[in-house]
Amino acid sequence: MNLLGKLDWSAIPFNQPIIMGASGGVVVVIVAILAWVTLKGYVPYLWREWITSVDHKRIGVMYIILALIMLLRGFSDAIMMRAQQAVAAGGSQGYLPPEHFDQIFSAHGTIMIFFMAMPFVIGMMNFVVPLQLGVRDMAFPTLNSVALGLTASGILLTNISLAVGEFSKAGWVAYPPLSELQYSPGVGVDYYLWSLQISGVGTLMTGINFVATILKTRAPGMSYMRMPVFCWTSLAANLLIVAAFPVLTATLTMLLLDRYLGFHFFTTDGGGNAMMYVNLFWIWGHPEVYILVLPAFGIFSEVVSTFSGKPLFGYRSMVLATMAICVLSFVVWLHHFFTMGAGANVNGFFGVMTMIIAVPTGVKVFNWLFTMYGGRIRFTVPILWSIGFMVTFVIGGMTGVLMAVPPADFQLHNSLFLIAHFHNVIIGGTVFGLMAGYNYWFPKAFGFMLDERWGRISFWCWLIGFYLAFMPLYALGLMGMTRRMQHYDVASWQPWLIAAALGVVVILAGIVSQIIQLVVSIRDREKLKVTADPWNGRTLEWATASPPPPWNFAVLPQVTGIDALWQKKRRGRTQAEPLKEREFEPIEVPKNSATGFIIAFFAVIAGFAMIWHIWWMAGVGAIGVFLTMLAFAFRDEEEIEIPAERIARFEQANPAEIAV
Amino acid sequence: MTMSVAVDDGVGYEAQSLASEAGPATRRVVVGYGFWIFLLSDIVMFSAFFAAYAVLAHATAGGPSGMQLFNQRSVAIETGCLLASSYTCGLMSMAIGSRRYGATYLAALVTFVLGAAFLALELKEFAGMIAIGAGPQRSAFLSSFFTLVGCHGLHVTAGLVWLVVMMAQVSIKGLTATVERRLLCFSLFWHALDIVWVWLFTVVYLMGVLS
Repeated sequence: MNLLGKLDWSAIPFNQPIIMGASGGVVVVIVAILAWVTLKGYVPYLWREWITSVDHKRIGVMYIILALIMLLRGFSDAIMMRAQQAVAAGGSQGYLPPEHFDQIFSAHGTIMIFFMAMPFVIGMMNFVVPLQLGVRDMAFPTLNSVALGLTASGILLTNISLAVGEFSKAGWVAYPPLSELQYSPGVGVDYYLWSLQISGVGTLMTGINFVATILKTRAPGMSYMRMPVFCWTSLAANLLIVAAFPVLTATLTMLLLDRYLGFHFFTTDGGGNAMMYVNLFWIWGHPEVYILVLPAFGIFSEVVSTFSGKPLFGYRSMVLATMAICVLSFVVWLHHFFTMGAGANVNGFFGVMTMIIAVPTGVKVFNWLFTMYGGRIRFTVPILWSIGFMVTFVIGGMTGVLMAVPPADFQLHNSLFLIAHFHNVIIGGTVFGLMAGYNYWFPKAFGFMLDERWGRISFWCWLIGFYLAFMPLYALGLMGMTRRMQHYDVASWQPWLIAAALGVVVILAGIVSQIIQLVVSIRDREKLKVTADPWNGRTLEWATASPPPPWNFAVLPQVTGIDALWQKKRRGRTQAEPLKEREFEPIEVPKNSATGFIIAFFAVIAGFAMIWHIWWMAGVGAIGVFLTMLAFAFRDEEEIEIPAERIARFEQANPAEIAV
Repeated sequence: MTMSVAVDDGVGYEAQSLASEAGPATRRVVVGYGFWIFLLSDIVMFSAFFAAYAVLAHATAGGPSGMQLFNQRSVAIETGCLLASSYTCGLMSMAIGSRRYGATYLAALVTFVLGAAFLALELKEFAGMIAIGAGPQRSAFLSSFFTLVGCHGLHVTAGLVWLVVMMAQVSIKGLTATVERRLLCFSLFWHALDIVWVWLFTVVYLMGVLS
């Protein structure tokens, strides 16, 4: 028996200069950061205040940091693909061999969906939802920290594949039979499967946590129809997580059993059924689309309402539309593969359902437009992203409805038209929304604004770059170019692909501007300092200090209607009671816990061991996870008490503008 | 919980709207509620395995079918063990409610033994099938059978480990609020496994022998 399973020195691709250069660079950067943190003596601070923190605000920020790093990784893959396709026409093979190109498009999709968009959305919800609900924490704070740890584990495993072994070459959807052992004997698909299984468990924990938080812990007086729309869309997204992610887990488990134990779920022999994988995958996959975009819709609702200075138009219809999408998202999955040949009736049903799901989305767009109509709009960075979204997303939505027509889809299936469509809705919807939210809530998280000028530059680069990069793909799709081509022979495609590559360069300028924006804002943080309510906000997160204290609210707010803070402002309860005379009571907050970090550590060990068939090490990882959970179950102290004097001191130093 | 109180008061709409405005629920309600959500997600996972089984139930690839393999008598005893263990689990909950430690341990022990007997019978069935060449590698039907039934078996195993840990907690920590909440979650889990088994029994064993 080999002690290290399939792992040996040949796993590291020393003969591939691009891979070795990239992974070498990453290793150098990580070592440099670790060395800097250690030498400066920041380790105890990071351990105490961040890594072991169970505070939803800290966890949210860490999710978003992970997502931003993964945005850079996924974007590097995008640049490489665009560069390859811009040159690999006719006789030219470009600079990427097929086996490397295949890994890049698989990694790009996997990372952007699971490790960029998902952590970004979850981070945003983590930071904002408890504050908007007017409560002190999530329902299960330590579970939240474990979920973050497992997400980070999945991210780490995916990135280890860059240097050790290879990543999947079967696309981000990993359809069998290509992803079966017979056709993908390497460890690439195993990296994909274990990364997603581990991070998927974390996502499920997040889903359970948010559903319990939103439905069971809200400030006194906050009935369902008084919740901010972002909380509603978060609720819908997390209901979808709870109902959809277990299907992904089950599906990937079946593929794992096929690959590891010779089962026959999706194999070409033994009675296996590959199309069952495709069906099950999209039963998860289509709700996933809405898991990503519904919270973004919530962010736009908050931003549009705040910067138009008006309550959201049609709050009830917004809530209804959100929940309608939540339900309908489970009955459209087959439109991802009309070409399966399920017959005219089945395809017709799913085509019609797909068109119907566009209706509530249209309702939302009109609601945002009517909110802005007649408002005094302040053109800040968040609302620029929102307006950019409305234009872009409507185009993406309409191309989606085009493809909902099965005969049209037979022509467009797996063409670049599809690629253009889903980037149009995911970038134009989710990414623009997250950027709006990032600019909108950053001052709440850190107590200073993001630089306005660089924010605008970044927005315009992203918007122009997006159109330049993806509109040519619609044309290419209609011209017959399919996705995932390492090279092509049709010379007339090349000008369009060069234009698309230029578009990616413009998006790169947008990302660089965002990095500059962050650096400039940190440099000028004293000048950009804000108090509790820099945007003249409407919801409860703006009622507490920026950044909020660990206990969020010294006294739980009493909610009497929608836009709770706005109502208080309207009634002029500014400085209602002199602060010195207010009585504060001690507050219990959950105790820090290393559980999340340690479980993540053992999960990485177990995942890595399973990928490389190192069975004893997988056992060590699994036992480690179990013992950590056991130790957590037997701890005695669950909460610590923050004394009233400390709260009073904080409240006097950071007087809230409005007493809630 | 708050909701039902409000309805019992018979005040109608006014009281119901108060229930959703009452502020954060108690720890016990939040934990129980969160665990229910988890159970629902777990049942969704089972439903994916059920769907796979339904698709592949006749894909025997020339190998044995359910009718040739399933032993009704053994499955009936398994079912009896599991359902009885749910009853004893209920007795345990009552003992916990009235703070009777001895009765709690006894009910937990009987629950454990019944659960372990269920598992032993299931493993015996699996071993017998593998011995005659009807293992999960034989056909897609058997792959989905072993995965679906095995997934339930893994849940029962996890439940047994959980029960042992909980009894250790009862003896070390006593019936604190935290321990009691966890025992509540355990009993929810254990009953949910029964519900899944009833479906399994029907879809796999009864329908398997009928066709």
